[in-house]
Amino acid sequence: MYKLLICNSTLSDKLFDPGCLHTSFGIRKEKKDHYTNVPRNANLEKLPKGYLFPEISLRQHQHLEQHPDASLISLGIGDTTEPVPDIVTSRMADFASGLSTLEGYRGYGAEQGNKELRKAIAETFYKDVNVKDSEVFVSDGAQCDIARLQLLLGSRVTAAVQDPSFPGYIDTSVIIGQAGDLDHETGRYHRLEYMKCGPENKFFPDLRRTSSTDVIFFCSPNNPTGHAATRQQLEQLVKFAKDNGSIIVFDSAYATYISDDSPRSIFEIPGAKEVAVEISSFSKFAGFTGVRLGWTVVPSELCFSNGFPVIHDFNRVVCTCFNGASNIAQAGGLACLSSEGFEGVRTRVNYYKENAEILLDALASLNIKAYGGQNAPYVWVHFPGMNSWEVFDMILEKANIITVPGCGFGPGGEEFLRISAFGHRESILEAARRLKALFS
Amino acid sequence: MPLHQYHFNASISSSSSTFIAPPSAFTSSSRSQNFSLPLRNSEICRCVATPQEAKTPTAYKTSVSRNANMGKLQAGYLFPEVARRRNAHKEKYPDAQVISLGIGDTTEPIPDVITSSMSKKCQALSTLEGYSGYGAEQGEKSLRAAIRSTFYTDLGINDDDIFVSDGAKCDISRLQVVFGSDVTMAVQDPSYPAYVDSSVIMGQTGQFQKDVEKYANIEYMNCTPENGFFPDLSKSTRTDIIFFCSPNNPTGAAATREQLTRLVQFAKDNGSIIVYDSAYAMYMSDDNPRSIFEIPGATEVAIETSSFSKYAGFTGVRLGWTVVPKELLFSDGFPVARDFNRVVCTCFNGASNVAQAGGLACLSPDGLKAMREVIGFYKENTEIIVDTFNSLGFKVYGGRNAPYVWVHFPGRSSWDVFAEILEKTHVVTTPGSGFGPGGEGFVRVSAFGHRANVLEACKRFRQLYK
Repeated sequence: MYKLLICNSTLSDKLFDPGCLHTSFGIRKEKKDHYTNVPRNANLEKLPKGYLFPEISLRQHQHLEQHPDASLISLGIGDTTEPVPDIVTSRMADFASGLSTLEGYRGYGAEQGNKELRKAIAETFYKDVNVKDSEVFVSDGAQCDIARLQLLLGSRVTAAVQDPSFPGYIDTSVIIGQAGDLDHETGRYHRLEYMKCGPENKFFPDLRRTSSTDVIFFCSPNNPTGHAATRQQLEQLVKFAKDNGSIIVFDSAYATYISDDSPRSIFEIPGAKEVAVEISSFSKFAGFTGVRLGWTVVPSELCFSNGFPVIHDFNRVVCTCFNGASNIAQAGGLACLSSEGFEGVRTRVNYYKENAEILLDALASLNIKAYGGQNAPYVWVHFPGMNSWEVFDMILEKANIITVPGCGFGPGGEEFLRISAFGHRESILEAARRLKALFS
Repeated sequence: MPLHQYHFNASISSSSSTFIAPPSAFTSSSRSQNFSLPLRNSEICRCVATPQEAKTPTAYKTSVSRNANMGKLQAGYLFPEVARRRNAHKEKYPDAQVISLGIGDTTEPIPDVITSSMSKKCQALSTLEGYSGYGAEQGEKSLRAAIRSTFYTDLGINDDDIFVSDGAKCDISRLQVVFGSDVTMAVQDPSYPAYVDSSVIMGQTGQFQKDVEKYANIEYMNCTPENGFFPDLSKSTRTDIIFFCSPNNPTGAAATREQLTRLVQFAKDNGSIIVYDSAYAMYMSDDNPRSIFEIPGATEVAIETSSFSKYAGFTGVRLGWTVVPKELLFSDGFPVARDFNRVVCTCFNGASNVAQAGGLACLSPDGLKAMREVIGFYKENTEIIVDTFNSLGFKVYGGRNAPYVWVHFPGRSSWDVFAEILEKTHVVTTPGSGFGPGGEGFVRVSAFGHRANVLEACKRFRQLYK
């Protein structure tokens, strides 16, 4: 998951870590400075100079300076907080101890992942849609897979993203050279197609108004809006991709949060295997945000325009640019997918879903329009006419709650605020109390 | 690596192990190719459509052009290819005791002091106090500090110059993403294939030139016994990036202080950036530099990458690091570390917290002691292999400062020698040409293995080549 607040290290570390601040800097060449003759990658220059995360950190830090006794509740970063079920960690611990024995030692694993785990993923999540083990590639997480997919696709493809969306699709697109220049006025990259998703269109883009691109990034259930696309919407998307010869990169990292009968996988849609890859992650359903484990499904039917199978190139990138997910993490993944393990992780997912309900209820009682929260651990709150940074500031100042301003997810996020439902129950309840106090 | 050379080699009979055809085959509409995707362990994955399945010419194709850079790659990455050959051999001789001295995969158990810390970390994740979610993408502060104090004391490197990763191979690709497609690069020849392959994928190279077995636009710096495995820099064309591995995989050569001083000077004079791979530094017997930063001025011209894989047996656990000094600047003065940090924050999400806990234990006094013992074990293996080939009259290189023995088979095709050794002794090695044309005529024998297997393998070598 793309961390919108840089990590868990102490704030002051982050702030003063020169590596992390991306503020503009004045370069004054000292006489002794050696400049190499290596040109800086022009693509990296196109990334926004000031970006969301240090800005949130800065405001958080300033707030704490002014209110040192403030009890801050973070509903910003989408980081899991609840311990991993015993059944999972004990298997991981056993596996780790096993590495000290002759029988239990394991060296390099297959870059594509442990065979048992690939099989378990296929059987747990794709049983009814006939995804084969061999089409599942285990990874160290969706964010890393997105970057590998971009490396695979190269700089000449065009891409479409939802607006708002998880910033990783856009940023990796910029880095690899697909996105063109940033238009500072609109906040959009010239070569990217932005598919507006808002309450007015049921958080599903108007495909009749969408230009055809090679690649379409689509996340459902959505980060940040929380919307889970309906079967009908996904059928439209698959048809659109088919008509245009596009490839959908479908991010289903929050599928386990779905409450209704929205599709959990793009492959539930007939024909999707010819037009889509699916990425997912153990982060949000197993609490593996630090353990690092995910997967990507590349159907063997998916072909480039010359008939070359995408899976073949993805495998090559995985073998060349990666060396497999940690074997201990994979042992944990396997345990998560055992029946007892799955029960355990489901409990955590339900816990966060209950958190989301509490927040939704609080907002509903205040007549504040809130979306999402039912099929995803994010609540997408609308403050019509307001600047999302101003709302962020107000809530931080008056309620000591960190959230994420919607504009951080793209221009389509303006007027919205993302509140994440990860947190200990007491924090969520306290946050709900504070919101009620603030807005009533 | 020219796969076509052994495409028609009769030693592979199983149809399920057909090599991937050269890219040109895909311009035709024929789908009559078997695509076997090589796996490192014993499964052979036949995951792409075969002629028997319904891959008719009318099957749907998207309109997305294949990345031309991927099309430039000649074949599979080297080590899955070696694995594939090994697996095919095992199928052919199910009763043979196949010994793997090919892929440099560690075999000895990880010392308790290290695994117990990982075990504890796993258990802690089940507790309120011990649970941790996202870590810093750059790595845990304590581990960064430990890496610095263990390997880079007094070398002008700070904790925050160190970026923890899931391994050197992954870092190499992330560095390539930082550099982008408009830079030129130089590699040693022979060299670890990930440098060249990642460069191709990134779009830095031209087409593969079959006659010389090199990619256009890469500067190959020949390293041979004649030049002491150090390139003649006076003959080297300037490139933006220079990949340099010492102790070297595959030759085992460790560059001297004098040589590295010249390399740093060369980089300084040419405004180049050295990517220095020091993953085998702890295998050194000689007094050669363990880090490029031992050379004055190196912080202005070099990045160093390294790994716990071969020190701690972490090949499956996945942990490494890259050092990017603050003084390293692009031509416009922009610090390379800032772009590397951005790529790390965008394209990565940190090494596994469990692996990092293990790394910290590795660098404790007990952990270091234990690692040195395991390294010592593999060094003894290396000696045994070196002695064997020496006693058979072969010209043998490496082995002293790295866990690899570079054996010369003058005038012979290295894939042929690989096949011969595999067929006749059931020992897997790695053909030198897999590391570049400069590796032709050599075979790399890796020294990772249980002692009994190494001894047995050497016994078989003696029988074959007596």
